[in-house]
Amino acid sequence: MSSTPLIARRQRWLSVLAKAPGTRLASLWQVLGPTPPYTVLRRPEIGLVMVQGRISGTGAPFCAGEMTVTRAAVRLDSGEMGFGYVRGRDTRHAEIAAAIDALSQRAEWADRLEAAIVTPLADEAEARHRLIAARAAATRVDFFTVAREGGA
Amino acid sequence: MYVAVKGGETAIAHSLDLVADKRRGDRDVSELSLEQIDQQLGLAVDRVMTEGSCYDRSLAALAIKQARGDLIEAIFLLRAYRTTLPRFGASEPLDTTRMVAERRISSTFKDVPGGQVLGPTYDYTHRLLDFSLAAAGERPEAPTAPADATHALPRVGDILQRDGLLEPPPSRLDGEAGDLTREPLVLPADRPLRLQNLARGDEGFLLALGYSTQRGYGNNHPFVGEIRYGHVPVSFVPEELGFAIEIGEIEVTECDMVNQFAGSHEVPPQFTRGYGLAFGHVERKAMAMALVDRALRADELGEAVTSPAQDEEFVLAHSDNVEASGFVQHLKLPHYVDFQSELVVVRALRAEVEKRLEQAALAQAAE
Repeated sequence: MSSTPLIARRQRWLSVLAKAPGTRLASLWQVLGPTPPYTVLRRPEIGLVMVQGRISGTGAPFCAGEMTVTRAAVRLDSGEMGFGYVRGRDTRHAEIAAAIDALSQRAEWADRLEAAIVTPLADEAEARHRLIAARAAATRVDFFTVAREGGA
Repeated sequence: MYVAVKGGETAIAHSLDLVADKRRGDRDVSELSLEQIDQQLGLAVDRVMTEGSCYDRSLAALAIKQARGDLIEAIFLLRAYRTTLPRFGASEPLDTTRMVAERRISSTFKDVPGGQVLGPTYDYTHRLLDFSLAAAGERPEAPTAPADATHALPRVGDILQRDGLLEPPPSRLDGEAGDLTREPLVLPADRPLRLQNLARGDEGFLLALGYSTQRGYGNNHPFVGEIRYGHVPVSFVPEELGFAIEIGEIEVTECDMVNQFAGSHEVPPQFTRGYGLAFGHVERKAMAMALVDRALRADELGEAVTSPAQDEEFVLAHSDNVEASGFVQHLKLPHYVDFQSELVVVRALRAEVEKRLEQAALAQAAE
């Protein structure tokens, strides 16, 4: 596999894993059963990322405020390294994301993890967004403008 | 000058115990959980995250619980905690156009593409106390309606901008945006630094300043171009990976305010803008921030700087409620030595005045 599709997959997977609720990811990971052993290269560490906004949404960046982020790094015994970066302070969440990132680089694991973890989490995220949008859509309004007599 | 005091350890320890006791309150009432604060006092959590300048719902909930609901104290606690954490870096700038919006309104265009979506707003409530909330009970789920699956929400600013009627926002700057948490504020500050200051600034202070501009102290005829509130992904490039990944989703409120501008020698008449961005659903704050952001551009736009909201030094130096409450509240600490020296001075002055009056009286009597 060339590096670009692999990078694209890691990007997508890591994004899906980070946006999933940590407890949900942990339960899917547990259901998966035995996985290859890994060494923790960097114990999950809690830190901050400065969130940047853009002036008027599309202009120059500015520092809007920080968010807590937890990161972890692992290495499989077969050598692949994995990294997890997740919002919040759930160390288990970051470590599992790192382990899955490492496994995503092994062809024999990729399909299984996609089916058992990544696709379900992506579907659940999409369902959450659909519910948000559907509830918002119920509040869509069409105001009537009451023109003054004489057309002022 | 403040001279330090010593002692009082036991009394202070007992005071802390008393705070803890008051925090718990009547033991017959069940204790608040952080989840309850997060879920049921969510707007308080949003304010603490915004002004605490740290997006973490459960930390903000903890701070609110510890501060017994004193939000400025909670903001202080969150600010103090963040100083203990390492910085991993800065995110890619948020793309709020990609927001999965819970609310999006424009008061400039009725038929804005994507529609006027009220979302969860208090705007159309009657502000009557709802006594049904005084009792626990089942609450119905919110209704749903078919929605656009692409979540596409064109920006109102882009529509006006296309015709040249609205100034485009300043484009990407060279290098990284300045960061007040890294370097102290130097005046004059550029707009990104001012926006960071305002984003952390006290809602009440900015609300009053924004209000003052509407009442004529630096008026710039604002309209709400657009307010949107919803969920946006945060992208970050970990150095180990070298490519961007989304590390989570956060909720933000954004306000793009559109203001009248008569034009100048260089620029034809057009609408100008002020911008507000806050964590969570903090609409009043985002609006006030946008009003003050625009007011602070007076100099740049060739307007007379005549009012407090336009005075960069005044606004930026007094917007932070952690600094403000620290300096105001330090007055409660023992100032005994300080005050003693003032007492000595005042007594000496009084003695001098009395002596002079006596001498004057004697002189008068002698005449």
